[in-house]
Amino acid sequence: MENFIIPQNVAISDSGFLFQAATGESFTLNEIGKLIVKMLQGSSTVEQIVGKVCEEYDTDPRTAERDFEDFITQLKHYSILK
Amino acid sequence: MADKKRYERPVINKHYSGLMNKFGSRPTTQPKTEIDGVTINELVEKYGSPLYVYSEKQIRINQRNALRIFKTRYPKVQFAWSYKTNYLSAICSVFHKEGSWAEVVSEFEYDKARKLGIKGENIIFNGPDKSRNALLKAIKEKAKIHIDHFDELYEIIELTEEHKLKAQVAIRVNMDVGVYPKWDRFGFNYENGEAGQALKRIMMNPNLQIVGLHAHIGTYMMTAEAYRIAASKLALLARFLKDEYDVAVSYIDLGGGFASHNTLIGQYLPAEEVVPSMEQFAEAISAGLYELNFKVDEMPTLILETGRALIDNTGHLISTVLANKRLSSGRRALIIDAGVNLLFTGFWYKHPVSPAQDSGVNIEDTTIYGPLCMNIDVIRETINFPSLRKGDKVVIDYVGAYDNTQWMQFINMRPNVVMVMEDGTVELIRKAENLDYILDREVLPEKLKLK
Repeated sequence: MENFIIPQNVAISDSGFLFQAATGESFTLNEIGKLIVKMLQGSSTVEQIVGKVCEEYDTDPRTAERDFEDFITQLKHYSILK
Repeated sequence: MADKKRYERPVINKHYSGLMNKFGSRPTTQPKTEIDGVTINELVEKYGSPLYVYSEKQIRINQRNALRIFKTRYPKVQFAWSYKTNYLSAICSVFHKEGSWAEVVSEFEYDKARKLGIKGENIIFNGPDKSRNALLKAIKEKAKIHIDHFDELYEIIELTEEHKLKAQVAIRVNMDVGVYPKWDRFGFNYENGEAGQALKRIMMNPNLQIVGLHAHIGTYMMTAEAYRIAASKLALLARFLKDEYDVAVSYIDLGGGFASHNTLIGQYLPAEEVVPSMEQFAEAISAGLYELNFKVDEMPTLILETGRALIDNTGHLISTVLANKRLSSGRRALIIDAGVNLLFTGFWYKHPVSPAQDSGVNIEDTTIYGPLCMNIDVIRETINFPSLRKGDKVVIDYVGAYDNTQWMQFINMRPNVVMVMEDGTVELIRKAENLDYILDREVLPEKLKLK
């Protein structure tokens, strides 16, 4: 299983503001984006994240996983994920 | 479960500094769920996707508004529907029911107008390509032939002598109206005296009756002043005919070319902020025409062949999301089932695109691609758009002009076209093509058939 690691120098606030100290770039996350990044920081697995999203939000596992994949691609693109 | 929160896909937006947009353009998040009271879902369920949808009500509103705007500034106004802009029979017929004549530029369009019940005398026959057969038909049926070049003029003279007929003619005049590009490939030039020469040649021939003067200065014109100049130059030619030959032309045709509110690719501000209004075009033209200095009963009719500005906003293209993609640059891409083969004008317009369902508030810079297996198939290079799912619908607006005449069968067939009628009913006005339609025109040599 793929292991996602958020670097130590990524800081995230409760309001969804994310700062990547290595590049000096800042971002805004929506609520689910923030939930996912926080879970990744806590070393959660994909299954756990998808399970949590489906538990809290009105969606199905397939949609949640599909969107998770897309989100991961974006995080990698912005060097927020190793 | 009722207590779950509303789902929205995870989104991350990068902050950019120093890129403020002082115009604060509104992102496209407002869904467009219906057209003239008929829901998008209902339309797609019944007629499939992609689907072209026209609004009869909007066509009539546009035509009536334009007529009112011109008639309050000039006493005699006649519109002629520009067939090349959209020659679907139902579309032409709405304009004809509103009193418009037909403006055609080929024998096929001429025949179509006749088939739709337009009398020859109410057809304006323009363009550089009029076959001998088409000219003869037009002369016999007393259509108004707008001569484009000397070869055509001499062919008409020949035909009238050969068949002992009289032809109703006008000349198309090209001129410098201060805009680029100069459309000097159509008609006779004003400045170099060619137009005057053509008029003299016509006046020398008893079989030719000069009935009008015509200019069409360009397309998607963004200045009204050019029309004032064109109108005044045609007025001077009309004056010349009156003074030299005591002939008062019965009409002056200023063509079309008024810009619609579709924004051009490369245009920074939205079209509605930079394009002159119909009132400004009307004001300019009537100001130019008052230089005619004719007696009231001799004032020529003003003919307008407005196409785009009357039809563009009446057409919508409904399309379905096929897939979401993330490009290597990180940019989102959306693939929809309507490509540039159906939306030819996508090559020069930034068509407004709206989701057809509530799609959340998070928007992202997105490229919208069509379904064709071709790199050129781009509907919008860049648009701030909410995230949609496979199967969601989008509505592309301002597709009424030139799309249903320049679309092509390529990789996919052309889809159904419907019209939402004034009474709220929906009529199919062009059936979707199928394999039989394509094969019907093909001939497979016997020796190539697989046994």
